[in-house]
Amino acid sequence: MSSIMSDLDEADATVRVRFVVNGRKTACDVAPRDTLVDCLRTQLELTGTHAGCEMGACGACLVQLDGRAVHACLMFAVQADGARIDTIEGLSESGVIADLQAEFHRRNALQCGFCTPGMLINAHELLSNVARPSREAIRDALSGNFCRCTGYEAIVDAIAAVAEARAAKAAQGAEGASS
Amino acid sequence: MTAPLTPLDRPNSYIGRSVPRPNAKRLLAGRGRYVTDIRLPRMLHAAFLRSPHAHARIISIDADAARALAGVHLIATGADLARICTPWTGTLDHFKGMTSEPQLPLPLDRVVWAGQAVVAVVADSRALAEDALELISVDYEELPAVVDLDEARQPGTPRANPASQSNICFRTQLDSGGVDEVFVAAAHVIEQQFSFGRHTPVTLEPRAIVADYEPDSGMLTVHHATQTPYQFQDLYSRHYNIPEARVRVIAPDIGGSFGMKLHVYHEDMAVVGLSMMLGRPVKYVADRIESFVSDIHARDHRVQARMAIDADGKILAMDVHDATAIGAFSTYPRTSVVEGNQVIRLIGAPYDFTSYRAALEVVFQNKVQTSQYRAVGHPIACAVTERMVDIAASRAGFDPLAMRDRNVIADDAYPLVSPTGYKFEALSHQACLRRLREIMDYDALRGEQAELRRRGVHRGIGIATFVEITNPSPAFYGVGGARISSQDGATISLTPTGEVRCAISVTEQGQGTEAIIGQIVADQLGLAQEHVKVITGDTEVTPHGGATWACRGAGIGGETALQAARRLKANILAIAALVLQEQAAALDIVDGQVVSAASRQPRLDVAEIARIAYFRSDTLPPGTQAQLTVSHHFAPQGYPFAFTNGIQGCSLEVDVDTGFVKLLKHYVVEDCGRIINPMLVDEQLRGGVVQGLGAALFEECRYGETGQLLNGSLADYLVPMAMEMPDIVIDHVETPTADTILGAKGCGEAGTAAASACVLNAVNDALTPFGASINTIPITPARILKALNRY
Amino acid sequence: MKARAFSYFRASTVEEALDAHAQGGDDARYIAGGQSLVPALALRLQAPRRLVDINHIDELRGVRREGEWLRIGALTRHCEMLTEPLIAEFAPLLRAAAPFVAHPAIRNRGTLGGSVALADPASEFPAVVLALEAEIEVAGPAGRRRVRAEDFFVDLFETALAPGELLVAVHVPLFNPGQRIAFDELARRRGDYALVGCGISATCADDLITDIRIAFFSVGNVPTRARRAESEIAGSRLSPDVIAAAQAALGEDLAPDDGDDVPAAMRLHLARVLLGRLLGQIGGAT
Repeated sequence: MSSIMSDLDEADATVRVRFVVNGRKTACDVAPRDTLVDCLRTQLELTGTHAGCEMGACGACLVQLDGRAVHACLMFAVQADGARIDTIEGLSESGVIADLQAEFHRRNALQCGFCTPGMLINAHELLSNVARPSREAIRDALSGNFCRCTGYEAIVDAIAAVAEARAAKAAQGAEGASS
Repeated sequence: MTAPLTPLDRPNSYIGRSVPRPNAKRLLAGRGRYVTDIRLPRMLHAAFLRSPHAHARIISIDADAARALAGVHLIATGADLARICTPWTGTLDHFKGMTSEPQLPLPLDRVVWAGQAVVAVVADSRALAEDALELISVDYEELPAVVDLDEARQPGTPRANPASQSNICFRTQLDSGGVDEVFVAAAHVIEQQFSFGRHTPVTLEPRAIVADYEPDSGMLTVHHATQTPYQFQDLYSRHYNIPEARVRVIAPDIGGSFGMKLHVYHEDMAVVGLSMMLGRPVKYVADRIESFVSDIHARDHRVQARMAIDADGKILAMDVHDATAIGAFSTYPRTSVVEGNQVIRLIGAPYDFTSYRAALEVVFQNKVQTSQYRAVGHPIACAVTERMVDIAASRAGFDPLAMRDRNVIADDAYPLVSPTGYKFEALSHQACLRRLREIMDYDALRGEQAELRRRGVHRGIGIATFVEITNPSPAFYGVGGARISSQDGATISLTPTGEVRCAISVTEQGQGTEAIIGQIVADQLGLAQEHVKVITGDTEVTPHGGATWACRGAGIGGETALQAARRLKANILAIAALVLQEQAAALDIVDGQVVSAASRQPRLDVAEIARIAYFRSDTLPPGTQAQLTVSHHFAPQGYPFAFTNGIQGCSLEVDVDTGFVKLLKHYVVEDCGRIINPMLVDEQLRGGVVQGLGAALFEECRYGETGQLLNGSLADYLVPMAMEMPDIVIDHVETPTADTILGAKGCGEAGTAAASACVLNAVNDALTPFGASINTIPITPARILKALNRY
Repeated sequence: MKARAFSYFRASTVEEALDAHAQGGDDARYIAGGQSLVPALALRLQAPRRLVDINHIDELRGVRREGEWLRIGALTRHCEMLTEPLIAEFAPLLRAAAPFVAHPAIRNRGTLGGSVALADPASEFPAVVLALEAEIEVAGPAGRRRVRAEDFFVDLFETALAPGELLVAVHVPLFNPGQRIAFDELARRRGDYALVGCGISATCADDLITDIRIAFFSVGNVPTRARRAESEIAGSRLSPDVIAAAQAALGEDLAPDDGDDVPAAMRLHLARVLLGRLLGQIGGAT
């Protein structure tokens, strides 16, 4: 028993962590055992990132770490020192996923909304890598994102529709450029 | 060519229109406010030490070391909380003879399931609270654990609660009379046994509560992820002896509920007591591991069923026995017997026969409690009925769809009373069957199945007809003595700028309650929906009401809003009539303007009426008191329930070498009466179907012999994910209830009710060439391969 | 689900990491991708006093050709298996297995070295490493050494890594055009741990299989080579009889345990089905 207590004295010393969160330089003091999701939610009050299982099985806590989607429950905040982190709040404010959000809204591709930030972050990454994924590829990309409410189809529809719209816009842009 | 104008083409016609949910944009931007997000000043965090044993006596608890840990504020045991909290018992009077032991937030001397909370720790952070848990030691003396359902029913077996006479919680039976005679005379008798695995709801946001007791004013505020704030206001008030008016329960955004978040949980009750003991806010969020061992489970049933049919394939009788195991307690305040009760009353419900006998046996065991979860009892009743109908069809030589066509209650036969005592106002099985045949392209699908079967590809087609219980009256809980309201209340106001604010007792968990209430109010008042603000989920703000469960939000809440809006409209028009020197009956409201009812010519802005009433009442005739706020309640009368119906179909492929099932497509035709928002109804159905598909193929709480949950994590308990789920085709038949003006019935359970039955039938259909049969849910590869004798 | 407290050290060289680990004594753990370790800490199944973060050690990154071997740095993320051209060309079996490893966001963070060092018997990469007859490069207080994959996986979550040793790289013999590979698994849901899975690397001369390595996962305490089955095939053409003999031989190669939901006999049956299908692919690839 006492061994744990003495460990706590040493190990609970907080560490100053600096990172760029949603485009802003941010510093906070964390205990090494604080996960990134807990740090974002409590210290930085970015509660749009959710904790659903704390073991990487539900996808509710996805954030972008240096541009890639990762589970914020599967790393400690100290590990993110020096990294760039983008959460649902930042992606919303920058407008980069505005079309995805609008399509999710139009098709009611969310109910309780708890899985939604993670879904959007994964969808955003998918469409950044693959311009026009098949429905199968969309479902595959979402295979680690649990939604208990929707049954997934509207989410797949929304992502497919945005992919089509972006592709059409890109084609138009290319046409415009060549003419 | 333009389509002819429909009622939807007039301004503000929101009933029947697919309008996106206004409150969803916030959630899409990560701006939801869930209980898990709430932080209050001086808030502390609770964690619970849990029993490692399924059944054991608590000999002693040593928490001294934990108490001494820096950052720990309180360690509380069962005895500590029992001083301030009165016990509760999960029985209802109308379930004659049912028993259940009294419960307390934490046990005094005995644990009855593995995972039961035993000691509470309150600390500065959740991590510190968990550190303290490691320093607590509890001495247990193990007692025999009752684990298996069949074993629990044996006479002389150990008891889940040693002080009780047996493991029986409740028994009941139904008998229309003459059943044995019908079976003796029948051309065919089919007899089958069914087994249903335990499921658990797995909302993505776990259970969460922040209790904030303020000693100086004696005021308790509870931020609670629940469907039913008023029910909990009553319970916290009564069990902690706080006047009801000083208890406020706020249910903000809820990350899924599905029935799971309306039961009393020991930890939640404890957290209220912990906050009272400390005079500070205390937060508890169940982590996912705790959720699996403490959220309610559901659907643990064994059913024996017999069906008699005549030589022409007509169903004559059914005789069923349902045994269900519910854990060591019956859940409070809704009990754990409602599920079984609905199983035996819904079996056979779509079909036209009169001889019915059923027995229900509800037993205790040392596992976590089961209780109401989405589509309570329906999936079991539906799977039993529909599998029996398929076997009967095969015995009598009919195609499954033709068999149903032959046996469903005719659409023109209503109203009628079912052999189990349910009163059906109007159902539409025949119309739904016809629509399903079309949308599935059923005959083509059968042709393709036969063709593929010749090539060694084994596809199956499954059909399941269902009846769903919605809009419950006081016959559901009120008559049993539960203080659970079947009425709802709304307070609706015209604001000074001419907008409308509607505070209503039904609640939102993402299904779109606020959206449809807004649609109804805007539609009835003649306003654009963006000018209607809907407020839910706070006992301090909305009138008392039953809230959202058993598919009552649209039917009862919607009717409440409709009637309230009509009363407000009458009040607005009364003032308009005075201002315009016109008969109120000659006026109407369109798009925020008072118009002449006959000519639709605009006369006056509604906002102008609000301005006059609020700021220039001196210009109104003497004695006029404008009533621009209306409070209104509505309780269902007439039929005790509004039954809905529908039919589902599915197409799937079984890999007979691996036992894996691939779902190809799912089809639903559903009749929920008046549809307020077709998109939201379709999404309710899709989500419900997928919960049923998860149940059919994946979900099962597996226990070891000593009563330990073996797969209690989100990696091990398999929920349905995007890759394995099919696209779902949906169509509707609309048979509004005449009991209300709105005519809406519920739709939230319909998807779940029949999806697993469909899959069960489809898998068996695929296995027909092998003579293999499965009557167990979930249908796992192991069970399929076993049925095929592949290992 | 909050980890017990620990201290944290971020290493920038292998030597720093080894030193930091040594100072932590028995209670230190390396963390790479952390996709398995972090949940174990959150559940307090493991409670090291010190975490040594190796994510910032440059030497552990990158994929490069070294003679007849492909050196894959321990920190190579699972997602890189799908995008790195050298892996596509010289270690296609790793690429074939990668889509089956968990989900995209896990693959963005999880590392090959972490997966191999953890030696989860249900994981894809340890079995692939075995099928490839790769060599595992480890660094320790006593210096560097290379361990053959078949000597590396010792028992359940137990490897040839001595306390404090760090997995530095995985060395894979270069794929050559005469080889054929196949990989598949039977998992209940996409990304789940498989009920059974298998990776195969075969060397062919026309349709004669001169050499074949078959490695199964999710069949016992360690990833397992099916040597009896291999010997049924080596030197033969993949006729239905040969495939059947190989499937039959799995009864001697594999001894899965009874799981609470997957009986041993079923797992063996599934292994045979899977082997049959994969050999069909190998044979059909001519």
